[in-house]
Amino acid sequence: MYDVFIAPFAEFDFMRRALVGTLALACGAGPVGVLLMLRRMSLTGDAMAHAILPGAAVGFLAAGLNVFAMTLGGLVAGFAVAFGAGAVARATEMKEDAALAAFYLVSLALGVLLVSLRGSNVDLLHVLFGTVLALDDATLLLIVSISTVTLLVLAVMWRPLVLECVDPGFLRSVSRAGGPAHFVFLALVVLNLVGGFHALGTLLAVGLMMLPAAAARFWTRELSALVVLATLLALGSGTAGLLVSYHWGAPSGPAIILVAGAVYAVSVLLGPVGGLLPRLAPRRHLEA
Amino acid sequence: MFDRRTWLGLALGLALAGPAAAQTAPIPVVASFSILGDFVKNVGGDRVAVSTLVGPNGDAHVFQPAPADAKKVAAARLVFVNGLGFEGWMGRLVKASGTKAGLVVASAGVASHTMEEDEGGKSHTVTDPHAWQSVANAKLYVANIRDALIAADPDQAAAYQANAGAYLARLDALDAEVRAAIAKIAPARRRIITSHDAFGYFAGAYGMEFIAPQGVSTDAEASAKDVARIIRQIKAEKIPAVFLENISDPRLARRIAEETGAKIGGTVYSDALSDDKGPASTYIDMIENNIRAFSAALSS
Repeated sequence: MYDVFIAPFAEFDFMRRALVGTLALACGAGPVGVLLMLRRMSLTGDAMAHAILPGAAVGFLAAGLNVFAMTLGGLVAGFAVAFGAGAVARATEMKEDAALAAFYLVSLALGVLLVSLRGSNVDLLHVLFGTVLALDDATLLLIVSISTVTLLVLAVMWRPLVLECVDPGFLRSVSRAGGPAHFVFLALVVLNLVGGFHALGTLLAVGLMMLPAAAARFWTRELSALVVLATLLALGSGTAGLLVSYHWGAPSGPAIILVAGAVYAVSVLLGPVGGLLPRLAPRRHLEA
Repeated sequence: MFDRRTWLGLALGLALAGPAAAQTAPIPVVASFSILGDFVKNVGGDRVAVSTLVGPNGDAHVFQPAPADAKKVAAARLVFVNGLGFEGWMGRLVKASGTKAGLVVASAGVASHTMEEDEGGKSHTVTDPHAWQSVANAKLYVANIRDALIAADPDQAAAYQANAGAYLARLDALDAEVRAAIAKIAPARRRIITSHDAFGYFAGAYGMEFIAPQGVSTDAEASAKDVARIIRQIKAEKIPAVFLENISDPRLARRIAEETGAKIGGTVYSDALSDDKGPASTYIDMIENNIRAFSAALSS
């Protein structure tokens, strides 16, 4: 037991850092993922991840593998796309998903253009596939700060955010907090994805956000339980993924996401809330 | 993903539409990557116009040819490649460009090394393409390039002979310089970690040991198991230095160095030259830069 679960972290500093990084990410990404799912914006995370990439790439081209330049670039690109799409959706008749698709595609194309103008395309692979095994102090501080800010902001904005998920019409009739709450939430999504791409890369960061949330949905209908369970599943997937990478030599980022995917698959099959087997079981019982 | 064939077809059309080169102009040749381009420039002098497909600091392992590259290949009289499986994309590019250029494998005659690549627990043997890291092999490259240029352009044979002769003499001096520098390092300290194991031929020729956290190709992501193994090895064998490399993830090497207390060496170049302002803009500068960096980290 000790050899399998504790020794890797006790022996190696880089494993401890990877663990702290993924745990901090999970704490922020879990709740954000649940809200994204409840707002039917599950694919928004993916779109935002693409939108961030060009900004991070520009930051990289300007300053190399510098945490702050890449973070700043990613935040600027992510916010521009999120706010641009949100503003179009709220000011015109276009739905938010279409506006977002338009904005992120433009952002992605712009990034690819900028990158190819500068020639060398190699190190951008490191932006696409982050290195959870190589987290330095600055990156860890950044990830932990992002989760802290995320949890604090969620605590303050919880009621309007949840209300807007379940009954936006009611929220509009009692308060004007809906619009601002939506933008603050999009900002949180961008922040968490930017934090995630240092550890897992832009594309896999979405996985740690959405898979635990989607899996948790099969186990409970209650919102606070959903958030807690999604966060716990994200924590567990992160830890288990690192151990898989350590013991079997799988690349760490994909290992973490695939463990989360396995958890999701089990939940789809066995989850008591709308899972496959529990839906089949009572029918068999009635027929018998 | 763009349909590459469409692009290449378009580029070929453009290339054919261009004016034919005048007879007295330098002969157009293509070299697949920057180090080979440097060899060809040195042998060809002003008689050849060299274009390089994978430029300075580019990674030939994961190179994606662009339409402009097919145009260069289509217009070339000779196409120089390293061979040994280094440019996996070259066959398709040559075919798609429809070029009539002769293909010259610069590494012909090199005694190739194989290397064990660990993948999913079972290791398999692949040919190590980075033969130019041994100066003796570089001399074979230069001889091959000289012979190919003479065959393609016999009128200028004397010029190619003279250029190649002068360059080979400089390579001999370089080889002696490397051997002298290595001799000053205590044999027990001739061990280095670098993030990309491109130094197999260098190790074989000059008696150094290189250990890498990744396999032979830069597109494999290192796993926690690999990194743990390297750290254990550094600690157990007291390996004195870790080297970053210009085309692989420097963050990982830095993390390993921090965790083990091994010294972080300067930048070394293996698969690509630096740009003109960098410390390794030619092959000779590259080898000199690398050996200076190795000595500085190991001799203390």
